[in-house]
Amino acid sequence: MYGFEALTFNVDGGYLEAIVRGHRAGLLTASDYNNLCQCENLDDIKMHLSATEYGSYLQNEPSPLHTTTIVEKCTLKLVDEYKHMLCQATEPLSTFLEYITYGHMIDNVVLIVTGTLHERDVHELLEKCHPLGMFDSIATLAVAQNMRELYRLVLVDTPLAPYFSECITSEDLDDMNIEIMRNTLYKAYLEDFYRFCQKLGGATSEIMSDLLSFEADRRAVNITINSIGTELTRDDRRKLYSNFGLLYPYGHEELAVCEDIDQVRGVMEKYPPYQSIFAKMSYGESQMLDKAFYEEEVKRLCLAFEQQFHYAVFFAYMRLREQEIRNLMWISECVAQNQKSRVHDSVVFIF
Amino acid sequence: MSSTGAYPGTWAHALVKVSPYTFSAIGIAIAIGVSVLGAAWGIYITGSSLIGAAIKAPRITSKNLISVIFCEAVAIYGVIVAIILQTKLESVPQSQIYEPESLRAGYAIFASGIIVGFANLVCGVCVGIIGSSCALSDAQNSTLFVKILVIEIFGSALGLFGVIVGIIMSAQATWPAKA
Repeated sequence: MYGFEALTFNVDGGYLEAIVRGHRAGLLTASDYNNLCQCENLDDIKMHLSATEYGSYLQNEPSPLHTTTIVEKCTLKLVDEYKHMLCQATEPLSTFLEYITYGHMIDNVVLIVTGTLHERDVHELLEKCHPLGMFDSIATLAVAQNMRELYRLVLVDTPLAPYFSECITSEDLDDMNIEIMRNTLYKAYLEDFYRFCQKLGGATSEIMSDLLSFEADRRAVNITINSIGTELTRDDRRKLYSNFGLLYPYGHEELAVCEDIDQVRGVMEKYPPYQSIFAKMSYGESQMLDKAFYEEEVKRLCLAFEQQFHYAVFFAYMRLREQEIRNLMWISECVAQNQKSRVHDSVVFIF
Repeated sequence: MSSTGAYPGTWAHALVKVSPYTFSAIGIAIAIGVSVLGAAWGIYITGSSLIGAAIKAPRITSKNLISVIFCEAVAIYGVIVAIILQTKLESVPQSQIYEPESLRAGYAIFASGIIVGFANLVCGVCVGIIGSSCALSDAQNSTLFVKILVIEIFGSALGLFGVIVGIIMSAQATWPAKA
């Protein structure tokens, strides 16, 4: 019952909620980012990060550092925190936490299948996979030739199995099909997650509905923009949009027929929350769109912490941490390549 | 018609034939039982958040035990009132059990027990929820602690109101003098 979660939430979730709020206090602030942006080389970055919570993860790395090492260690910290929370959680929080990682699983599956198509070595690909999305039989993905085999050999035992019903074909895998497969899987995953949150009810369902709707709408816009000028037909494009969110169903109808970015802008400006995002960009420009979407997402994720006694704080924390890792990667790359003037192009401050 | 004016065979008659001792005993049980329920509820709500938050911010532990103490006070109110009520319970001779005066005394003790029990139940839950938010806010920003404590103090006054009214009601519990 919405409004009375405070009475019983703490029985199972009180401890973990307090822990995740403690982790949130350790997210890097704007002053940390300013210090990092002024570093001269990667060792400086390591020194600045040793004063934050990443210190214990980076201190044993030998110089010279690579940007990939920094990103790997920071991701490792996130994975450790996630695993600690997952092993302490009871139902339904444990299912909720597992749902958060299915997106990474999908990305890993697509990474390995694409890499196999381009004849890369399986072990090299496995090292590039995101650790949160690993599952046991992931290495056997390299053996499959088409989607039906992919499903039959590997994916039927994973949590992704129910998402495959819409995209099992016997066609051979190629770049176009793989992208379509990725988006179809992600659509099914978002809808499943949305239904699960609705079942949980209360503040969790309200806040998660908002966050997942934004995610669905953002993916719809990205799919539209990326498929302008490709062979993807309008019907195929419409099939990739999720069936919930602010844009469903009328916005999707209009987005499906868009042929350039200004038409997309015209569609999105009818929806007040997205009008402010598109107002930040001048006509014909799409590079800033990613950053504008990330900023809006971070704003909504921070708002999730304003209420107590719900599960959306876990989702918000994981997403904010991933944004922080993206920020660190961008800053490290800019510093390593001596292009510090471009640092602020892509860093999204969280606090 | 009995001395209280109810016709035999009606529900009202059944109600006035329940012994005043029963009502008194139930009142005393509710006074202590439901108060302790409220206190326990509040303590677990506050305690689980406090433990989790203290991992990253150990300095909050000693200050935030005040929330737990406020919840505990609610249980103590229940004990005190239950002890007071049980001293009010006297035996009356067989012939006078269903006199209106006896029934009045039984009802007074019952009412006092319900008042104290349920006031302490909601007070304990209230203080517990505020204490949980207090611990989490203190872990992020230590200037917030005293301000949220003021809210908690107002919350714990609710239990005190219940105790005051309960004790006034129990003073009404005068059993008929032995004839």
